[in-house]
Amino acid sequence: MTKINTNDLIRGWDRNKIASKIANDLPHSSYVNLGIGMPELVSQYIKEDREIIYHSENGLLGMGPSPNENEIDLDLINAGKKPVTILPGGSFCHHADSFSMIRGGHIDYCVLGAMEISVTGDLANWSTGKGIPAVGGAMDLVAGAKNVFVMTQHLTKEGRPKLVQKCTLPLTGAGVVSRIYSDYAVLDITDDGFKVIQLNEDITIEYLQSVTDGNIYQ
Amino acid sequence: MQINKIKKDMHEILYDVFDGATIMVGGFGEAGSPIELLHGLIDKGTRDLTIIANNSGNGRVGLGALIGQKQVKKVICSFARSAKGVTFPELYNKGEIELEVVPQGTLAERIRAAGSGIPGFYTATGVGTPLAEGKEEKIFNGKKYILEEALKADFAFIKAETADRYGNLTYNKTARNFNPIMCMAADKSLVQVKNILEPSEINPEHVITPGIFVQRLINIENPIIETNAIEEGMIYP
Repeated sequence: MTKINTNDLIRGWDRNKIASKIANDLPHSSYVNLGIGMPELVSQYIKEDREIIYHSENGLLGMGPSPNENEIDLDLINAGKKPVTILPGGSFCHHADSFSMIRGGHIDYCVLGAMEISVTGDLANWSTGKGIPAVGGAMDLVAGAKNVFVMTQHLTKEGRPKLVQKCTLPLTGAGVVSRIYSDYAVLDITDDGFKVIQLNEDITIEYLQSVTDGNIYQ
Repeated sequence: MQINKIKKDMHEILYDVFDGATIMVGGFGEAGSPIELLHGLIDKGTRDLTIIANNSGNGRVGLGALIGQKQVKKVICSFARSAKGVTFPELYNKGEIELEVVPQGTLAERIRAAGSGIPGFYTATGVGTPLAEGKEEKIFNGKKYILEEALKADFAFIKAETADRYGNLTYNKTARNFNPIMCMAADKSLVQVKNILEPSEINPEHVITPGIFVQRLINIENPIIETNAIEEGMIYP
C-alpha cells in the first residue's frame, strides 16, 4: 500500500456518527471502559432504552459526566486525570481491584483508539517508538476486556492505511481486537480478514479495499 | 501503654529513609499523592532513590520536585508522560534518569503480590508486545501468559483522608488508587493524613487499610493542592 494523496480522500462519518454507532452496539447493562479522547464521545449517544455502567481504571465504577465548574473535586477524576462525577450506585476501589475488573474479564467492552490494527487483530496504540514510552492501562484493557472495540479514522493524517497486514509500531496486544469502527466502515476481525459489517454510504467496497492494507470482504 | 503510630514532625516520620532506598509513592496524578512527605524528603536530601509510582510528577511540586532535585535515579511507572510533567522529561532526555515502563494493571498486581507473599504470577497483559521481552512464557488452557515478579519497597509514601492512632486508614474517592496496596508491599508505610480521629470514631466496616499495614502517621490538615500550586508557579524547595 503506497501513500495516497490526501486531497483525493473521501470524507467519511464524523466522530459523532462513529460514536453513535458504537453506542448502538453496547447492550443494556454492559460494563464499559471508554478510552481517553475520541472514545469518550460514545457515552453521549447511549439511547434511553438501556443503562450502561462506566468503569474508569483509577478505581471508579459508575462514572458520571463532567462536573459543573463549582462541583469540581480533584480527588474525583477519571483515567485521563480530568474531574468527573460518580453516579448513584457507583463505587470506589483500589487499583488492584480496579484492574481485576479488567484483567479478570469482568469488563464487557472497552473502546480505544488506534495507530495500527492488523488483519489478525493485533493493535498498536501506545507508542510511536519515539519519545518517553508510556503505556498506562492500554495493555491490560486489550488483554482482559471481553470485547475490544477500536474507534479510529481509517487512514492516518498522512493518508496511510491504519488497517494493515502487519503492524509496524510496537504492539499493545496480539490478536486482541474484536471490531473496528472507522469513518469508512464497521469491520470485524475474522480468520479470513477484515469482514465489512457496515459500509459508509458514500464509499464502495473497491474504494475501501484500496485504502486498506489487508483482505476485506462482505 | 497504648499503641500510637502518630508522629509529631517530619523527622520522626522520615528519619530512617536512606540513600538508595526504593520508595513506593501513592497517587494517580495528583489524587492521593503525598506531596508533603515528598517535600520532607527533599528537605532531608536523601539520594539515589528508586521510585515506584503510576506517574512521574507534575511541575516542580511533590514527585516532580523530588525528581527535579536529582534525588531519583530510577522511576518504575506506567505513564511517565503528562501535560504538566517537566522535570522527568528534562532528565530522561539527557539520559540522567532510568525508566522501567510497566502496564498499569501489572504494576498494581505486582505490588499486591508483594504485599501478599506471592513472588510472581502469570498474566496475559503484555503478551506479544515489547514489554514481554525476556520474560518467561507459559501456556495455560491453550493461551499464552508471561511471568511477572512481585514488586516490593523499603518504604511506601501514602496519602489518606482519615486515620486513628492504630494506623487504620480511609481514603477520599479516587485518591485511594495505589495507596492501599502500596501500604501492604513496603517494609514501612509512612502516611500523611488529613484527619485523625479516635479509634472509636472510625466504623470498622469503613476501614480500607487496616492498621497492620501502617507504621507511621503524620497529620497534614491542609495539604498542598498540586493543580493550584502549579498554577501559582510554586517551585519546591
